[in-house]
Amino acid sequence: MEPSSRHLSPSLLTPIVILLILACMPLVGSRFFIYLVSGILVTGLLATSLNLVLGFGGMYQFHHAVFYGTGAYCTALLLTKTSLPAWVAFVSAPIGAALLGLVIGAICVRLSKLYFGMLQISLGSLVWAIVYRWYSFTGGDDGIHGIPLPSWISGGKPAYYAVLLTVAVCFFLLHRIVESPFGRIFQAIRDNPVRCEAVGIPVQRHQLIGQVLAAAFAGVAGALFVVVEGSVFPDMLFWTLSLEILIMCLLGGWFRFWGPMVGAAIIVCLRTYVGSYTEYWTLILGVFLMLIIFFLPDGVLGLAERLTRRNATASST
Amino acid sequence: MLHVENLQKSFDGFMAVCDAHLVVSKGDIVAVIGPNGAGKTTLFNLITGQIRPDRGRVLFKGEEITGLAPYRICERGICRSFQIVNIFPRLSVFENVQVAVLAHQKRALDLMKPARNQGKTETERILAGFDLLDQKDRKAGTLSHGDQKVLEMAIALGNEPDLLILDEPTAGMSPEETAHCLALMKRLSAETGVTILFCEHDMEMVFAVSTSIMVMQQGKTIIQDTPQAVRASREVQEAYLGECPNAA
Repeated sequence: MEPSSRHLSPSLLTPIVILLILACMPLVGSRFFIYLVSGILVTGLLATSLNLVLGFGGMYQFHHAVFYGTGAYCTALLLTKTSLPAWVAFVSAPIGAALLGLVIGAICVRLSKLYFGMLQISLGSLVWAIVYRWYSFTGGDDGIHGIPLPSWISGGKPAYYAVLLTVAVCFFLLHRIVESPFGRIFQAIRDNPVRCEAVGIPVQRHQLIGQVLAAAFAGVAGALFVVVEGSVFPDMLFWTLSLEILIMCLLGGWFRFWGPMVGAAIIVCLRTYVGSYTEYWTLILGVFLMLIIFFLPDGVLGLAERLTRRNATASST
Repeated sequence: MLHVENLQKSFDGFMAVCDAHLVVSKGDIVAVIGPNGAGKTTLFNLITGQIRPDRGRVLFKGEEITGLAPYRICERGICRSFQIVNIFPRLSVFENVQVAVLAHQKRALDLMKPARNQGKTETERILAGFDLLDQKDRKAGTLSHGDQKVLEMAIALGNEPDLLILDEPTAGMSPEETAHCLALMKRLSAETGVTILFCEHDMEMVFAVSTSIMVMQQGKTIIQDTPQAVRASREVQEAYLGECPNAA
């Protein structure tokens, strides 16, 4: 968040290079690998949308997955139950999630810190219970499978490119928001809400807008999940997933824009590779997490930044 | 400009402020003095909306502002600094002041234009006035206590207030820093014409800068008058100045 211009070129260059590498991936990678990277991108977008309110807004967003699930179900239901064009189904995801964010947010922003989080968990669980129980409409705990996707985004490579493009656009927008006056004031609210009120900022309104924006991006991630998996299930709205993406933010470094993406990559890879050896992969994650909390309070990216800075000062002297 | 009438506030039965009166005219530098626990900070919190009064009225520019939300009161032109340092520790010094400038310029909801260069001239002008320009990229939380107190004031000026309220601006400052702060307040008042309301324990400073002094004791206003009249007042001497040989 240091706004100095000398970091501008690498901070602009790195994402472009990474984007190019990712764009070339299908030419070399296996199908499984492409699928894995798609999963990381979707989860990374979800975690970054959470971090907009968590790391930059200082809001205890404990049940962010509910917006993700809502987006996914909006898309899935419109694709399976209506004959509307596919783009309507995809556009409905961020809109549906944002509307839910508006409702839940309007109730929750009146409370602060932990109480905000607790109330959000209960309201979110309510939405989960509805989805879980309403067999005739949402398919209940079976979810919805075999969602008919338009041919230009179904299957490995087309789906991958659709995900990559959408995630890239979303990251660009999220970055703009974080760097905008809105984002700067959001960070000020995180640091000191009382002082923010005193300099003329309606804190609750600002938090509500942040909440709606974050929910909309989570909804996009939900729609992308449908593109990758072709199915949805109620676990997407369950609070354990919210906890998992919260951990991704902490793991990667929640005061840095790219932190949650790094965290998402680590956890998805851990789950995929360690998960194939033992079903107790969360045990390893737990140990990992404890070490992080004790030794790297700034997350993995914080450590990386510290190391590069130390190298830079060492080489300059 | 500011009229406080019969203001009252109790916390769980404890009368923090009862029967407080205050008049601040345009261009004044008004000091509120009184022993610890007299209710000075509570009075300021009541004026700027951090807490709501039980009774009484606050009028600003002829309009009632009693019990409005702090941001609404700020929009009307009252800004304040806090007794205990109350800044944005993770933001840079520049960003600390810029937040107030952006809020004042009604850009808080701008989502797409980079914030980096917005309100830059205003922010840098304020920082230059407080000798903080050379530290503008430092994280505010790493400044010395004295500098944080100065930044505290600088943030309050970001909104270009008509009335600036300073709650013990020199608390915890060294004698040199206090003198510097004093000069700063005088210069602000002379250059920008901003009206200042402050409370302070340093009697020398109070009598050196203020044009009017209000004395509080146990939540009540004893007197508000010119410094000479307050110094001469027998009631005040008994209540307060007797404890403080500096002022005699």
